[in-house]
Amino acid sequence: MNPHDPLVLVWLIAIPFAGGLFCWLFERTLGIVFPRYVALFTMLSVLALSCWLWATGDYSLSGIGETPQWTLEYQVPWIPRFGISFHLGLDGLSLLLIVLTNVLGVMAVACSWKEIGRYVGFFHLNLLWNLAGVVAVFLALDLFLFFFFWEMMLVPMWFLIAIWGHDTPGGKSRHYAATKFFIFTQASGLLLLLAILGLVFVHHANTGVWTFDYDDLLKAELSPQIEYLLMLGFFVAFMVKMPVLPFHTWLPDAHSQAPTAGSVDLAGILLKTAAYGLMRFGLPFFPNASADFAPIAMGLGALGIVYGAFMTFAQHDVKRLVAYSSVSHMGFVLIGIYAGTTLALQGAVVTMIAHGISAGALFILCGEVYERLHTRDMRKMGGLWATFPYLPPILLFFVLAALGLPGLGNFVGEFLVLLGAWPVNVPVTLIAASGLILAAVYALYMVQRVLHGPAKAEAQVEDLNRREILTLLTLMALLLALGLYPQPVLDASAAPMHALELLYRGAAP
Amino acid sequence: MIFTLEQWIALSPILITGASSVVVMIGIAALRQHQLNATLSVMGLNSALLACALLLFGPQLFPELMTTVLPAEVTPLLHIDNYSIFYMGLILSATLATSTLAHPYFDEFKGKPEEFYLLLSLSALGGLVLACSNHLASLFIGVELLSVPLLAMIAYPLHDKHALEAAVKYLILSAAASAFLLLGMALIYADSGTLSFPGLAQHLSAGDASGPYIVIGSVLLLVAVGFKLSLVPFHLWTPDVYEGAPAPVTAFLSTASKTAIFAVLLRFFTEGGGYATGVLIDLLSGLAALSIVVGNLLALRQDNLKRLLAYSSIAHFGYALVALIAAGALAVEAVNVYLLTYVVTNLGAFGIITLVSSPLKERDADHIEDYRGLFWRRPFLTAILTAMLLSLAGIPVTAGFIGKFYILAAAVDARQWLLIGAVVFGSAVGLFYYLRVISIMFMGEMKHIGFDVTLGWEARAGGLVTLLLMLLMLLIGILPDPFLHLISFAGLSAG
Repeated sequence: MNPHDPLVLVWLIAIPFAGGLFCWLFERTLGIVFPRYVALFTMLSVLALSCWLWATGDYSLSGIGETPQWTLEYQVPWIPRFGISFHLGLDGLSLLLIVLTNVLGVMAVACSWKEIGRYVGFFHLNLLWNLAGVVAVFLALDLFLFFFFWEMMLVPMWFLIAIWGHDTPGGKSRHYAATKFFIFTQASGLLLLLAILGLVFVHHANTGVWTFDYDDLLKAELSPQIEYLLMLGFFVAFMVKMPVLPFHTWLPDAHSQAPTAGSVDLAGILLKTAAYGLMRFGLPFFPNASADFAPIAMGLGALGIVYGAFMTFAQHDVKRLVAYSSVSHMGFVLIGIYAGTTLALQGAVVTMIAHGISAGALFILCGEVYERLHTRDMRKMGGLWATFPYLPPILLFFVLAALGLPGLGNFVGEFLVLLGAWPVNVPVTLIAASGLILAAVYALYMVQRVLHGPAKAEAQVEDLNRREILTLLTLMALLLALGLYPQPVLDASAAPMHALELLYRGAAP
Repeated sequence: MIFTLEQWIALSPILITGASSVVVMIGIAALRQHQLNATLSVMGLNSALLACALLLFGPQLFPELMTTVLPAEVTPLLHIDNYSIFYMGLILSATLATSTLAHPYFDEFKGKPEEFYLLLSLSALGGLVLACSNHLASLFIGVELLSVPLLAMIAYPLHDKHALEAAVKYLILSAAASAFLLLGMALIYADSGTLSFPGLAQHLSAGDASGPYIVIGSVLLLVAVGFKLSLVPFHLWTPDVYEGAPAPVTAFLSTASKTAIFAVLLRFFTEGGGYATGVLIDLLSGLAALSIVVGNLLALRQDNLKRLLAYSSIAHFGYALVALIAAGALAVEAVNVYLLTYVVTNLGAFGIITLVSSPLKERDADHIEDYRGLFWRRPFLTAILTAMLLSLAGIPVTAGFIGKFYILAAAVDARQWLLIGAVVFGSAVGLFYYLRVISIMFMGEMKHIGFDVTLGWEARAGGLVTLLLMLLMLLIGILPDPFLHLISFAGLSAG
């Protein structure tokens, strides 16, 4: 395959699909260890493929803007009746998120090596299909196709939570959490479908052409009122998934009941699809309405940061703690997107990647603590520093990353967001900046409760094994690299983010 | 009246189905053997289906042998066009699937299973008449021919109290509906002096469409149709009948019979001038919204899979009505697509229930606890049921999504925001109970195995049909284009 063969985009989606199916079909004959290796091999190969695409491709083009240009593009007709085609496109933004997806996919497979003991084949089928669906969402350039994968990836996630999740004793069941997650995202998805249909019908009414294609719909002429309405439809659908206040309530429930791989997947990747949707579709389709709406969206982002931080502080369950901190961090992403300066937008991209890695790692650590202590309640932990030699420092590292310690990826992202948002909206930036302090408070409070003090748990539990240390070290290295030398990421996202800024400027009165 | 050759040819699916029921009757009289009679009836249905296919595609495939006979007017009662052929094909396919599923089911039946196929063919014949009905008289004949054999089919296991109860319920409400239908027809005739759809359309567009007789008459007509389609508030019989009837009969009732009624309703609206009476549309909107909301909400608390699917079918016909009400350029196409996806999906779901059930047991395998942990013992069988339930919920990759997409597209086109709200609400609620069933199938191990499918189910006819339905369902969901192409032939021209 040469780098310019667009069929490679299809491979990115098809390989995990096939791998997942393979895991399930041959589990009975080849035993339960086999699916794990197949899944690992599948994810490593797509990771290699996506890294190779990064190394060899030219990402100075932008898929956003008046006339999108794609590094790689693949299109075949699908449902000509409505002008729907199987249209995939890759630019710097999608590439970064696909690499992130595949990195975390490898980690998700690795971290469930021991945790998942039942129905291993079917587990990996769901995990891999979910990852494939996410990759397809990052590539889809036809709104029907985008919606198709947007909804499709939820089903495997539901299975992951409902079958392999945890029931909190005396609390909510995993079915409750899984179904709540599914209904929230599906209902908002229908809203997205309606907005898409509205856009398509307006375009059809104007031109007489049925199309769901990204390039064509960018040129749709909308009256300001309709533009605002449709923009709200897209925004609400994405804000449920992101999640933004007041639609975030599914997230803590889903996280606390999900298996580790499910949490990694949810926090690390699924939440990013919403931010991606805003950048790729929400803003370019409706630049004027988005510019009008920006102060409200930024306000919601700031509110999310502060609210998320306060809620984080009040949690006893480690996984709910990390979940609420995600709400807080995604607030930065929302502010970055709607601030609309290249700096802030690039900050949002870096935050997405850094949060994906750090939250993913924290969830992996939560899972590893749970495997050893059989509790996620911080009141029953404490004194881990004395019990384990390796786990506590690693945990400390990722907590420090999450609170935005300079030198690690999260700091770069949040700093860029604040810097870029300052000239646009000072009050929001001030409130958002306070989130950094609040993050330090809850993060250090968590460290104190979990790691320090007298040991409450039974002693003599095994420390991290080599597989676990290797996965976490990889993530540490990535986060450190992103913090110290973020330039490759910034380069890849520069062109699309700059195009977004131009859209905002064009729309600004 | 003398029929021309073209008219005979156009009428062939109906004639073949009618003849095949006679053949089955003679067959039963000559030799009472299950396999033989089932085969006879399936052969008849298959040739009728083949006739449909030839009528639709013959002129294109063999231009030197066949000429187009469609659309054909056979007496003022029947109008056979592509639309009728599409629905005849759908009804015949559903009937075929039903009889294939019924064969293994009734193989274990203690009584005499042969007459079932006779009743099934007769009922299908009623459906075929409805699909080409162009006249209120043929509408009535079709409805009766469809329902009366169905009654006997519901009560087929005569020793079973539930089945008898269901049949009596269906009988009484069905009779009431027929009375409404006749009275409505009489009132319409009193005002317009015609019973044919084109005549009515002319009358309604020329004169005033709000005369008291015509309005009351069409409302009564709608009430009767509402009973048959089990729209809220005429749905009370549905869950009991679905639960009491043998599983293959329920499959037929919820797919072929409802589809046939809906087909004639849509034709009445587009070609019979139904859209001209604004009251009807308002009333229909109310029925649609109520069916969606009430059907979905009542499904939430069901522990019985057949009852759950009964309530879900109430809601699904609410969705289909939304497209009918939308009335735009997309309406007929949307209804056709939706009913196609609905029939395939529902047949698949009931197919699995039939495979797992057996008439030797006191009841069918209709309690959701019967399915607990089934996935871990019968992964492929359960995967099919799961996919069918997801399709009913309208999740992408399944046929149900394409159907729902069409409904929403038609509604957005017509700016029916209130009904769209109902559809969105209904879909969100619907997820809850479909997921509940799915989660039971994937959870834990069953304490005692009450029901199980026979080994090698996938190699037997009933199993093959469900596998085929599954493939078809996924094909519609993933590559809908050939199906949409087929349906684009089956349009209706507004009269």
